[in-house]
Amino acid sequence: MIKIWSMKKNEDAAAKKKPKTSAAQIRVQKDLTELDLPSTMKTNFPDATDLLNFTLTITPDEGMYKGGAFVFSFVINTNYPHDPPKVKCTQKIYHPNVDLEGNVCLNILREDWKPVLNLNSVMVGLQYLFLEPNADDPLNKEAAEDLRRDRDQFLANVRSSLKGGYVKGVSYDRVAVS
Amino acid sequence: MAAAAAQTNGSAIYGDWPGRYFHVDQVLDRPGPRTDPSFLAGDGVKKFLREECKILVIGAGGLGCEILSNLALLGFKDIHVIDMDTIDISNLNRQFLFRPKDVGQPKATVAAEFVMKRVPGVKVTPYFGKIQDKDDDYYMQFNLVICGLDSVEARRWMNATLVNLVDPENPESLKPLIDGGTEGFKGQARVILPTVSSCYECSLDMLNKPTAFPICTIANTPRLPEHCIEWASVLEWPRVWKDKKMDTDDPEHIGWLYNVAAARAKEFKIEGVTWSLTQGVVKNIIPAIASTNAIIAASCCNEAFKIATSSAAYLNNYFMLIGTDGVYSYTFEHERRPECPVCGGESVELSISRDWTVDRLIEMLVEKQDIQIKKPSLSTPTKQIYFQAPPQLEEATRPNLEKRVSELVPNGGEVTVTASSLPFSLSLRITFI
Repeated sequence: MIKIWSMKKNEDAAAKKKPKTSAAQIRVQKDLTELDLPSTMKTNFPDATDLLNFTLTITPDEGMYKGGAFVFSFVINTNYPHDPPKVKCTQKIYHPNVDLEGNVCLNILREDWKPVLNLNSVMVGLQYLFLEPNADDPLNKEAAEDLRRDRDQFLANVRSSLKGGYVKGVSYDRVAVS
Repeated sequence: MAAAAAQTNGSAIYGDWPGRYFHVDQVLDRPGPRTDPSFLAGDGVKKFLREECKILVIGAGGLGCEILSNLALLGFKDIHVIDMDTIDISNLNRQFLFRPKDVGQPKATVAAEFVMKRVPGVKVTPYFGKIQDKDDDYYMQFNLVICGLDSVEARRWMNATLVNLVDPENPESLKPLIDGGTEGFKGQARVILPTVSSCYECSLDMLNKPTAFPICTIANTPRLPEHCIEWASVLEWPRVWKDKKMDTDDPEHIGWLYNVAAARAKEFKIEGVTWSLTQGVVKNIIPAIASTNAIIAASCCNEAFKIATSSAAYLNNYFMLIGTDGVYSYTFEHERRPECPVCGGESVELSISRDWTVDRLIEMLVEKQDIQIKKPSLSTPTKQIYFQAPPQLEEATRPNLEKRVSELVPNGGEVTVTASSLPFSLSLRITFI
């Protein structure tokens, strides 16, 4: 058998056994404890000992969605950061990039996810969707069509949806901050 | 006569016969210009290879079947194999240790029996189950580990386990890991010397990301049959079945997805949605090519043989094969990543008083000149000690600041420290005085 041991550097010989903390766990700890969130975003852990399941509430202080509070669920698996976190909107909202099931069209959550991205990038990306809804990548086609055609009408629709009203026969959850 | 009979019908005689290893012995009986100085030509190395060396093979699938037969024919006698799968009829085109009668049986068991029957004197010990079922003591008994896996997750687990196994006081705890992988005509083989050379986690960013389509394309403008299948599995399944988990091995589930995808394809006039494509997309199946597996498995076994015998220079440390356009291969040394969360980072031994509070420990970490940590967050492998953020977790862990470290961490226990000023994580081993 080849003598590998002699190749261990001297400095390594002094190094001690590493902990059994999994790579995913360390990375989530690093991501969470270094979150740099503006006052418009807040995390909530239903179980403070479970770092892999939590929600994020976004309360935009400008833009068309100002006045709403939007809650997203985050589920992180043990293959993080190879796999992106699974993010869903927990409410039924009127938004061109969020469908009625809560699926979110954000490139870094799927096709453009890379392990160098972190939870902060995802959260900032989500907030951006409320500041600049994007009619070119629609998940709610009606909302996207409204935004493209008549921005004022779209804004009126957003306002009414936030209060839990109907837009074109679809009822939305009340998400307005009271 | 007996020798001739043994060669034509192997199972008749156990043990060796004259000339059995004539060819392998050509490289074991005398040193070459590049053999390692520790090489014991002749009986010494043969005894180790054939009587002492214990090797573990992870996976008894496309690569595993090749690896097992190669190892047995090279003269390894004590081989163990782990696989959690059972044999499917679709495996039979390339996993040649299996026959139609074996469908439904555990891969590890059938493969072990086949090799033992075919190659006299070799002992193959199967384990039908997950690698995660086994503990450090189990992995400690082997000299070498070869992986022929198809999942990133299992590789990460195996890699981290072998890196963590390395005990600075015990040279035997360092187990070389040889990892093979194939994807269609492409493949790679690499040698990982845990804590010495680049580990699997170090190279995680080299992985091709799995094909994912933008969700809005799936929802609105499908153009490919794959878009229709993703629509069925990503959007329709959770909408219709809510929290019911999709089982990609359940034919009823695949059938439902296939019907939904086919209806969608018809609506958008897209052709090509089939049952097998549906299964392929949802299970992320990449066509496996028997010949690519053979090349990669052979490369892995060559390395195992060279490392076990020191008879020739071994791979340093990454061999990649691209067979899509002719035959291209490239070998290079992948470097360790200092900030790798598995093999990198720093490790510090700390002796503190039993009376120290967590607050006192943090203060010490912040003041320590050679570490220079700002706002450290601490945890043990099982629980959080103190988190600087987010506010809710800070509040939840704040009461720990007043507690003694010795109440939260066992003597000799590990604490993982992260901080924004640290590009990597720091691990502390805490002993109390």
